[in-house]
Amino acid sequence: MSKNGLRDPEMDRLIIRVRDLRKTYRVGDIDVHALRGVNLEVGRGEFLAVIGPSGSGKSTLFHILGGLAPPTAGEVNIDGVDLLGLAENERTEMRKRKVGFVFQKYNLLPTLTARDNIAIAQSLAGITEQPEDFGETLKTMGIYNRLDHKPRALSGGEQQRVAIARALVNQPAILLADEPTGNLDTANSDAVLGILRQLNKAKGQTILMITHNPEAAAFADRTVTMRDGRIEHA
Amino acid sequence: MINKLVLENLKHRWVRTFLCALVVGVQVMSILTLIGLSRGLLEDSAQRAKGTGADIWLKAGASFSISAAQVNEKFVPFIRKQPHVTKAVGVLIVPLGGAEILTTLNGVDIAEFHALNGGFRMLQGREPTEPNDLIVDEYYAQQHKLHVGQPVELLKHQWNLSGIMQGGTLGRLVVPLRTLQLLTGNAEPARISQILVKLDDPNRTNDEVKILNNLLEGNLTAISYRDFIGQFSISNIPQLQAFIGVMTGMAVVVGFLVVFLAMYTAVLERTREIGILKALGAKPRVIVDILVREAIVLALAGCLIGIVLAFGAKSLIMQLVPASLQVVTVPDWWPIAGAIALGGALLGAIYPGLKAARQDAIEALAYE
Repeated sequence: MSKNGLRDPEMDRLIIRVRDLRKTYRVGDIDVHALRGVNLEVGRGEFLAVIGPSGSGKSTLFHILGGLAPPTAGEVNIDGVDLLGLAENERTEMRKRKVGFVFQKYNLLPTLTARDNIAIAQSLAGITEQPEDFGETLKTMGIYNRLDHKPRALSGGEQQRVAIARALVNQPAILLADEPTGNLDTANSDAVLGILRQLNKAKGQTILMITHNPEAAAFADRTVTMRDGRIEHA
Repeated sequence: MINKLVLENLKHRWVRTFLCALVVGVQVMSILTLIGLSRGLLEDSAQRAKGTGADIWLKAGASFSISAAQVNEKFVPFIRKQPHVTKAVGVLIVPLGGAEILTTLNGVDIAEFHALNGGFRMLQGREPTEPNDLIVDEYYAQQHKLHVGQPVELLKHQWNLSGIMQGGTLGRLVVPLRTLQLLTGNAEPARISQILVKLDDPNRTNDEVKILNNLLEGNLTAISYRDFIGQFSISNIPQLQAFIGVMTGMAVVVGFLVVFLAMYTAVLERTREIGILKALGAKPRVIVDILVREAIVLALAGCLIGIVLAFGAKSLIMQLVPASLQVVTVPDWWPIAGAIALGGALLGAIYPGLKAARQDAIEALAYE
């Protein structure tokens, strides 16, 4: 839906539409302009990589698209929901179903088993049923037999695959991955990127991956580069 | 799932969890033991009063109080002459003082007391027959490891322990009245602390109390057995009530501080995990809910530990000092002590919970 409540036909094709997105942080007495007019469109079922150097605004874009931070100005439309002006509670609701996160540091809850890490994402979203083929997905990801282990008993690669499973369990509209291979060796990186690629191709999962690694970005359908708070090549 | 997270969090830091629950448990034990002691001591006194078999008590003065004030013994034959009075026995009560300030030596004419209620129920030895004979109850004998026939020094006087009686009659230590009067300067004129009165018809007790109070014109105060027993309750002793109130308040403060510190450090430790939960869609109230549930589990565990510890404290006290301190189990106070612990714990969880709920998800996720 558009702001005036009418159906926006463009959003049938797009899952993310960002127009002139600006984000300004206040650090002490200084305004830091992290995003200076970002324009981006991501189609449904697309696998997009966003690359750029440190400080280019990649993580800020990731946080805004995931509803973790509010935009300062501009349009951020995620699967028909404009995030500008949403209250924190509304953004929290949006996160439950529209977005799945994969972080560089896995961010699994250390006191819970892999199975419970996945289950708590469902519980918080108020969902009781797992997707029909979720067991198969877990087998494909190679963690089906590791579900009763706590994160400390899992390798980095296994933890990241559990984190991907957790991100997928609520069938989000988009999967946001922030440097998902940043803490992994080459073999595990390839395995995780291969899984993301397979999820995209086999299930049509929309993925937006932040990375500074061009080799990782090569797994995506399309790559955009960020620099100084703007997208250079869309 | 949230309950599982709560339990796993508590298991993950089990030493902290155990210590926290233990401190809450000590707080609960303190309350239960304090109440058990207060009630135990009063019930013990009431039981000993009941064991005399008297229908009416008479004490010196215009008002009735649990004290050792004294009155001239000439009132005893005067009371005996009153209609419906079948027995009147004078008792002199003298505190031992020193380390046994709560223990009293009770002087009574053994033959008269025997006539009043059939005498003492002896477990070993015999009732006093000689001027220096002393009998003690089983608790006093156990605490002081006394045996029949051994000499016992009390009030700087050498007594002969003639027997050990079953507890619950008159007092812990009983000696012949005349000896105690001579020993304590209450012989000329002969003085006593109270008069125990037996009526021909116990149903007349209230009427006789009124008649005696009119007759005695304030020199002595009469009180029925039922009202006398009623004096031995916590609600009739304001100082004890205040003491219990202070102790309960302290327990709440201790519970609050312990849970506050535990929850506060947990929030600091789990900053990143709070960020993860927020990223997964947990609202602030869910974060508060998790910490509140942890506090509730700690309080409930502490409550169970406290009840077990209270049984242990009771057993220890009754083994070591059964004559000085009497403790009873107070199951009616379990929910009250639990509510006090829970209240303290919930108060302690509020600030850490709100702090956690206010954490910025992005900053929390970046926390190392």
